[in-house]
Amino acid sequence: MPDVDVIVVGAGPAGACAALTLARSGRDVVLLERGPFPGSKNMYGGVVYPRVLDGLIPQWWDEAPIQRWVTRRSTMMMTATQALAVDYRTEAWGQAPYNGATAYRPDWDAWLAGKAEAEGARLLCSTTVTGLLRDGTRVVGVRTDRPEGELSARVVIACDGVNSFLAKEAGLYHDTDPGHFTVGVKETVALPKSVIDERFGVRGRHGVDIEMVGCTSGVPGGGFLYTNLDTLSVGVVLKVPALAAQARRPEEIIARLKAHPAVAPLVEGGELKEYSAHLIPEGGWEMMPDLGCPGMLVAGDAAAFCLAAGIWLEGVNFAMGSGMVAGQVIDRAFRRGTAAGAELPALYRRALSGTFVLQDHRKLRRAPRLIMSDRVQERYPALAAGVVERIFRIDNPAPKPGLRRILRGEQHRTGVRLRDLARDALDGWRSYG
Amino acid sequence: MIDVEALTIEGEEWPTTSFEDRMATTDFVVHERAHISVDGDACRGCTTKACIVACPANLFVPTADGGILFNYEQCFECGTCYLACDTEGAITWTYPDGGFGVVFRRS
Repeated sequence: MPDVDVIVVGAGPAGACAALTLARSGRDVVLLERGPFPGSKNMYGGVVYPRVLDGLIPQWWDEAPIQRWVTRRSTMMMTATQALAVDYRTEAWGQAPYNGATAYRPDWDAWLAGKAEAEGARLLCSTTVTGLLRDGTRVVGVRTDRPEGELSARVVIACDGVNSFLAKEAGLYHDTDPGHFTVGVKETVALPKSVIDERFGVRGRHGVDIEMVGCTSGVPGGGFLYTNLDTLSVGVVLKVPALAAQARRPEEIIARLKAHPAVAPLVEGGELKEYSAHLIPEGGWEMMPDLGCPGMLVAGDAAAFCLAAGIWLEGVNFAMGSGMVAGQVIDRAFRRGTAAGAELPALYRRALSGTFVLQDHRKLRRAPRLIMSDRVQERYPALAAGVVERIFRIDNPAPKPGLRRILRGEQHRTGVRLRDLARDALDGWRSYG
Repeated sequence: MIDVEALTIEGEEWPTTSFEDRMATTDFVVHERAHISVDGDACRGCTTKACIVACPANLFVPTADGGILFNYEQCFECGTCYLACDTEGAITWTYPDGGFGVVFRRS
């Protein structure tokens, strides 16, 4: 007889939603967390899209520990001295049911795990899972670093994050190319709320999300700048092998971003409150492991559910969504008496295929490569900025050049080949269209 | 081809915060057991030493004899080092014991 129905490893957004779902259905769930509290090991850029919680926690916005509601979203293409932004703002995202919010992960994850506890899940912090217990090929529990720390269950859900040692131990990862990973490096910088409001043109709880490309010192990746209540989150996401193959350290790349003429006036005078880093499984569809094995399912970053598609950068929503689905599938299987069967991973995969979790990844499977190409990283931002500069630059007494001449001139200057542009446009259309 | 190196920013300011002060902003509960170990002998044959530049916490320090000195105490537990490392067996990576290691702060 197993100790419990389900062991959920990791009390991040995936684990908390899985535990909440199962506990609400009356299952005996233990939620294991290696940090002293949920979220203590977790870091991200700073924006969460919580609408996936609508069914699970009605009116979540009344209680969720958010910093600011994102009502202004800016995507910026940069060169060393230029910046071209698409800047959108809407009042709609500042009202229920909202859209995106900035939040600290130690706040968010602890809140969500608390909801699972309130439903009866047993949260056990400061407990590191060191391996799987198996019966033949079947996972039957976990080993922890507690004294006599073996715990058995009918099913284990591995929500143990981007490094998922459990998914690796179970042999679920087939593609471990370091090129699928980026490292996010962030500074949390304090400024008075009134200064943030003024610099970013927002009031009250409204906030700003700025995503940047072309600002990472030649290392493929991107930059971000988000407003919290009285801090800013500013940082970069860097492709790991490319970072390793050059000479500039991550904090220098952030320093260069912060010195950019479009960014410096926004962050100036801020005091560093916390420096942090975390891996991101950006490879998407290509790196995705098998989603389970007999006795175990995988959710969240552990399953590489993370969408890095340039205009969309999401992870926590995929974690919450996949955790919920894992919980639902296991509960259904318990009711039918089939949870012990080898078909659980297939049921999970089928259920996820009916949701945004697998549909978005599948649709955008070509996006990560395109986004990390040197064209999108450097040439197209330089081309776009150059074209705009030429359009708005008044070279009197010279007459205005035609658009065609500007385009051809900038295309030549930035080394963009029409053949690449056409192929990328087609690729982009197939992904985003 | 755009020469990235040529695109340096005029009057660019380098971080005024020392790296030590930077790391002092993050909380760590240090355990006596090193959760990551580095085999200095394996590192001596490595020509790239990618860990030195890639580790966000700057925990890998080259030694005079061509090896690597590693300190686990201020580790973010991110995993960048083992991904960047191409020397088989040089880095042994586990999580710290429960409750130890990096603790990111609540608001």
